[in-house]
Amino acid sequence: MAHMKDKHGRPVVVVTGMGVVTSLGQGKDENWAKLTAGQSGIHTITRFPIEGLRTTIAGTVDFVPFENAPDLTTKMAALAGDEAVQEARIGGEGAFPGPLFLGMPPVELEWPQRQDLARASAKSADITYTDILKGAAAKDFSAMQTRFLFGSVGDALADRFGTKGAPISISTACATGATAIQLAVEAIRRGETEAALVIGADGSANQESLVRFSLLSALSTRNGDPKAAARPFSKDRDGFVMAEGAGALVLESFEHAKARGATILGVVEGCGEMADSFHRTRSSPDGAPIIGCIRNALDDAGVTPADVQYVNAHGTSTPENDKMEYVGLAAVFGDHLPAIAVSSNKSMIGHTLSAAGAIEAVFTLMTIRSGIVPPTINHTEADPAIKLDLVPNVARKANVTRAISNSFGFGGQNVCLVLAAEPA
Amino acid sequence: MAIAPEREAWITGIGLVSALGEGLDAHWHALNGDREAWLKLDSTTHAPYQVHPAVTLDLARQIPDRGDRRQMEGWQRLGTYAAGLALENAGVKGQDDLLKSMHMIVAAGGGERDYAVDGQILSGLEASNEPAKFLNERLMNDLRPTLFLAQLSNLLAGNISIVHGVVGSSRTFMGEEMAGVDAVRVALGRCHAAQGDIFLVGGAYSAERPDTILHFELGHMNWTRPWVPVWERPKDGGGTILGSVGAFLVIEAREHAERRGATPIAKLAKVSSDRTRRKDGDAEHSMAVQWNEISPGLIPGATVVVSGATGVREGVAIERDLLDQRRVPTRATGSVIGHSVEATFPANVALAAMMVARGEAVPPIGDSKDEARMTRKVKQAVVTSVGHWRGEGMALVEAI
Repeated sequence: MAHMKDKHGRPVVVVTGMGVVTSLGQGKDENWAKLTAGQSGIHTITRFPIEGLRTTIAGTVDFVPFENAPDLTTKMAALAGDEAVQEARIGGEGAFPGPLFLGMPPVELEWPQRQDLARASAKSADITYTDILKGAAAKDFSAMQTRFLFGSVGDALADRFGTKGAPISISTACATGATAIQLAVEAIRRGETEAALVIGADGSANQESLVRFSLLSALSTRNGDPKAAARPFSKDRDGFVMAEGAGALVLESFEHAKARGATILGVVEGCGEMADSFHRTRSSPDGAPIIGCIRNALDDAGVTPADVQYVNAHGTSTPENDKMEYVGLAAVFGDHLPAIAVSSNKSMIGHTLSAAGAIEAVFTLMTIRSGIVPPTINHTEADPAIKLDLVPNVARKANVTRAISNSFGFGGQNVCLVLAAEPA
Repeated sequence: MAIAPEREAWITGIGLVSALGEGLDAHWHALNGDREAWLKLDSTTHAPYQVHPAVTLDLARQIPDRGDRRQMEGWQRLGTYAAGLALENAGVKGQDDLLKSMHMIVAAGGGERDYAVDGQILSGLEASNEPAKFLNERLMNDLRPTLFLAQLSNLLAGNISIVHGVVGSSRTFMGEEMAGVDAVRVALGRCHAAQGDIFLVGGAYSAERPDTILHFELGHMNWTRPWVPVWERPKDGGGTILGSVGAFLVIEAREHAERRGATPIAKLAKVSSDRTRRKDGDAEHSMAVQWNEISPGLIPGATVVVSGATGVREGVAIERDLLDQRRVPTRATGSVIGHSVEATFPANVALAAMMVARGEAVPPIGDSKDEARMTRKVKQAVVTSVGHWRGEGMALVEAI
């Protein structure tokens, strides 16, 4: 029982169940088959008319029927959560023995709801919020109120999985999924719980969300060839591709998992974080917060750069992110970097935003377990300023026992996870 | 299996802004004053809805850069300002080394929309033959690109990092009242377990927004009759009056505070939270369980309850079920600062700390006849939270 505590004397936190939904499909098997075959889930948007938009492609999840963004987020979270809980064989039916940590996008009324309210006011021209409020007062919109509460997604999932206590709903922009894992790891380490259900889900690819990112010039406009649009670290990368999905992980103390005879899928050895105070959307030019965040993660795990064989990159395919991520990796890993494989799942599934950290943690653990590194596809033109072994275009067999997964987000959010195989 | 023995956590800094002013002294004086001092209601701007608007702030005092102020909307300015007050109060403002290791948890909803653009688009959609195409065009042309950054929930934390340099960690919790409770609970849990020595925790809510008022109107939860304290509203259907509040706490391990010679305001002893389905008395049961975890440590006659009662009928009934049996003097601050959703709980922890630090409760709030006078010395305060839809929480704040 030597490995029940980590190098800092804290309970080791392991993963015993995982689930995933992306534009590539539902479930780990389908996703892994397509991911390791270098297939892209990016396509021309059919969910809403694209006329007049600068970007007309996305990695939307179109096989889950839904009514609005919080509804789709809830449904994908439930699918991924079901897969993870079933694999972990933990708790009774609908009775998960620990809290829910849910990474999800912010919630707000959408245009159909605003239109319903405006119509309830019986006004059709020169509509103002005074009219919308009159519309709201005229009828019972309590179901709409509940649906568009920030807490309603977590509430539905807490009911479904029977998690304990108040669900924690988290938003740290594009680092959200990783932050959810980090909060669960901390809760297990401090003995607050033996197990936690972590889900990162994002079903918010609607018109306004797309336009918002588009107006910040963050999105690829390579609309003619959707599958080739996400090209992380390539010289001709031109932005990220917005996408949807969900990733779920059952985390437990190693002791708890072993005691109940669970299969250990991997270990969350360390979490690192460092916020950036430079700018709302851009990283400090010196990369210090990214460097600090990765180093904090390695320190937290009690390992050195030489102990890492794979980096699951944030790799969004924006000119800025990929350059800064390289600067960070080069500073932290130095001479070891050429020996480390680096790939970006986003080249195939796009940027799943609030779900990305959780989905990519699942894929990183699958990389470790299977010994296959998914490729960075669409890598035709190397960026001379970025010297990484990007596992270009074709998956590769490799012995990976320890990897890091990076997540960086607007608002100076930086999180790095250290994931490893079960201790021998 | 906790790794370190539980450490004591102190509140060493408070930044509070509401209709009653800025800082604890302003709140103390207003709450001890006459009706003119504590009732700052705006009944006209959003009529028939009423709000408790935040006092006018000299924003440049906490957000010196004009570019920063311009990049934010009201809720972010309120929160960033209050966070600055808390850091100043704790004596850590501008101490970069400390701020680099300071951990932040913010409870947030979303930011302001462009109300004029929304109105124009809604009007146009009704007239358009191709509404979806029209929507794309208008959004592409009319949305201000940087408005998104004033709307994202985690950008209050982002602005606090930029303006005040808090970068040890940055997490944003969503989920209305519950987010405020859990932000404080998780910070305390981490402090107790030595997962950080110093934390900045809080939230901000702007009531002076048609979209926040709209959210409550969807459930017909706004109180539009003449003002009365929250306890008196349920008999006439119940309802909330929203209030603009920015509330941040610096929570710090005792030994860390002592080492740097910081003056504590109060001890944060315990925070608990739960989510029930609000069926068959489960919320009442949860509140009773949480109370029973705290009550063995309560000193008879020395406790005040600082309540987050919203005025919404169902929530008030759940809380009355707890309080009517315990007969502890209660102060529902929402009667005069308004309901501030995510910021409510941090604000009430702040006001609880104020009372135990002074050893004195404020008089019944808004002259409420449902709140008992209290003349004995106050040593402890229990902070309650029953969300307007979900979430039940509690905290114990003690005098040092």
